Amino acid sequence: MAALTEEQTMIRDQARSWLTEQYPVQKFREMRDSQAEFAFTPDTWAGMAEMGWPGILVPEQYGGLGLGYLTFGVVLEEIGRQLTASPLFASAFVGASAVMLAGNDQQKQQWLPAIADGSQIVTLASDEGPRHVPAAISMQASRNSGGFELNGNKTFVLEGMAASALVVAARTAGDAGDQQGISLFILAADTDGISRHALATMDSRGYANISFDKVSIPADALLGELDQGYALLEAILDRASAGIAAEMIGTAAQSFDMTLDYLKNREQFGQVIGSFQALGHRAADLYTDKEMARSCMEAALQAIDDNGENIAELCSLSKCKTGDFLHFMSNQLIQIHGGIGMTDEFDAGLYLKRARVLESCYGNQAYHRDRYARLLNF
Amino acid sequence: MVNATEFRSAVKGWLEENFPLALKGQTAMLLELASVQNNLEGDILLWRQNLAQAGYGAPTWPKAYGGAGLTHPQAKILAEEMKRVGAFNLIPALAGMGVTMVGPTVLEYGTDDQKARHLPGIASGTIRWCLGLSEPSAGSDLASLTTKAVADGDNWLLNGQKTWTSGADISQWCGALVRTDSSAKKRDGISFLMLPMDQAEIKTRPIKLIAGASPFCETFFDDAKASKDDLLGKPNEGWSVIKRLLQHERQSQTSASRTGSAREAFQDTAKRYVGVDAQGRLDDADLRIRLANHLMDATAHSLTVRRIREEARGKVEVSAAASILKNTATQVAQIKSELTLELMGYQGLGWQGDSFNEEELDNVRSWLSGKAMSIYGGSYEVQKNIISKNILGLPENTQKG
Repeated sequence: MAALTEEQTMIRDQARSWLTEQYPVQKFREMRDSQAEFAFTPDTWAGMAEMGWPGILVPEQYGGLGLGYLTFGVVLEEIGRQLTASPLFASAFVGASAVMLAGNDQQKQQWLPAIADGSQIVTLASDEGPRHVPAAISMQASRNSGGFELNGNKTFVLEGMAASALVVAARTAGDAGDQQGISLFILAADTDGISRHALATMDSRGYANISFDKVSIPADALLGELDQGYALLEAILDRASAGIAAEMIGTAAQSFDMTLDYLKNREQFGQVIGSFQALGHRAADLYTDKEMARSCMEAALQAIDDNGENIAELCSLSKCKTGDFLHFMSNQLIQIHGGIGMTDEFDAGLYLKRARVLESCYGNQAYHRDRYARLLNF
Repeated sequence: MVNATEFRSAVKGWLEENFPLALKGQTAMLLELASVQNNLEGDILLWRQNLAQAGYGAPTWPKAYGGAGLTHPQAKILAEEMKRVGAFNLIPALAGMGVTMVGPTVLEYGTDDQKARHLPGIASGTIRWCLGLSEPSAGSDLASLTTKAVADGDNWLLNGQKTWTSGADISQWCGALVRTDSSAKKRDGISFLMLPMDQAEIKTRPIKLIAGASPFCETFFDDAKASKDDLLGKPNEGWSVIKRLLQHERQSQTSASRTGSAREAFQDTAKRYVGVDAQGRLDDADLRIRLANHLMDATAHSLTVRRIREEARGKVEVSAAASILKNTATQVAQIKSELTLELMGYQGLGWQGDSFNEEELDNVRSWLSGKAMSIYGGSYEVQKNIISKNILGLPENTQKG
């Protein structure tokens, strides 16, 4: 853990005790089995709003706490440990980042206080195909008399069913593959012409496919400059990657703790299995990777808070290294637990399924390795 | 205590008066020279004397023992200011294992008399130390060592053979791990003795390695003498002394190896040898991704070194994390050499001669010598044992046969 400030330590301790007492992973399992409408329970979200979590990023002048990205990361990590389901990350982290980065004064005034108090759930709709390639956006936003008309499809939109508003990346010029000609818009999720379809994903999180058929929106729905949205989108995605990496570290750290505990208690051949060198060395490998990934994750969030010059590079580093570690860790969680790890009754499967989904979000390891090389000019 | 700004300006003033400008930017030359000989001349001798006089050779040691009594943040300022003017502290290299390993351990375990006799010579860079630890049959399993010391009047008499004693042929003193009680369990009968190298009963023989010449020697003790006053710590409790000393060694092997500019240089080297496609990407997709991965690992390592220091609130102390950092530093360095060898193609395979440039020949040597990194100071596998047992608390196996 980074050298946390007193305030960050307090927030972490509060988050840890609230989540482990009120919303341990058992609650996530119950939610999964109950087929909840939005893949989270309303009381979870209400409790988070009461503690002010949706306002962690939002500046004080817009009704938030203005505590920054690293502080939010501390909370996301605790959430990742218990797989606690809520729209907090989608809206208060990604949605808020989009409005803070791209919105004008009026848009900030309109959206940020409502994000901060939890009354609006704003999510990002960017990807259109099975893989994350931001420049490949082909959804059309054409000019009409009052503003724009949206036509096209978005896929795998996080909390897409629960969202009350969408930040949409669409093409106002150029062709799929061009960085130039992408624009961002913010609009109510129940605007005429929008239809949403819930996805039953293996990790039981609330994803949706959303289609836009002649969706008419006013000119002031434009977020940022016309045709210049790609750089903004990348900046939003950088932050999303850095934030989801914090959640991933939490999920992986919990998996690590469960595995270490099992290594110390499970006996076979008359020995605690953690005394076997093959497993001791694997635990050492996992621990080493965990420490390396944590450093990258914290450095990326810190760089965003400091408005550093290498944010993009650090965010790709963070997403890639946490992804690599979570992949390794989630597989070893099952392997080291053996047969019990394969049963649905035990929690390992919940973490494994969540792991692969998190790895894919906002670009998997392969995407970020390639991007890292591009950012470093080779 | 003076504040940081005052201290920095005092250091600047001191450097202006005491650093011979002719040595500016000569770090590599000074390091090379200091590693192989002690008889310095001219400006270099003057610089060593000035450093020693100010206690800046081992700046955090107490003034009474030749240091300057600086705090770690002050020592960092001193290092920064020296770097800024192109100066270099050559005393650690002149003292062999003295400043990095022997000194800190003597400070912790030594008697007042031992500190007074040994530390000033190290801090002034006039006495070079080597360490007699490994033996031909005691490598990773160091505690199985057989070099013996028996009491003989006011002395101990040493008999046996040490190996990998770096700099033994040019050192004035040696710290040796010896068996003083053969009847005890293997870790319980060991002591740490300090003895002068200038005696006919000690012989050294240089070791040539796969990379060519090396600082390593074999060292033979044939009734060599160590004074009874030079046993460090308690008799037969040398194992705890050596564990501490090896932590200091590990700590000195964890440093981040790469700066921003070195990283760019590496990418440029890659592009020069491999070429790029129309989009400026390295023209070998597989190598390109492995290079990206390596650079990520190097950055993750540096960020972890930084994070662990910050978490320790500026206290640079030997920590359990040194074992993971030693292993990641090793991996980063070894993979860098392997990638360089690979990307240079045929040009990376030379041994000598003018068909190969200096960079190419240097890489072959450092690729080969770098193989030692995962062997010395506790091998890669030994570090993993330390992580699993000491950090993670996994139990020892008690299975028989």
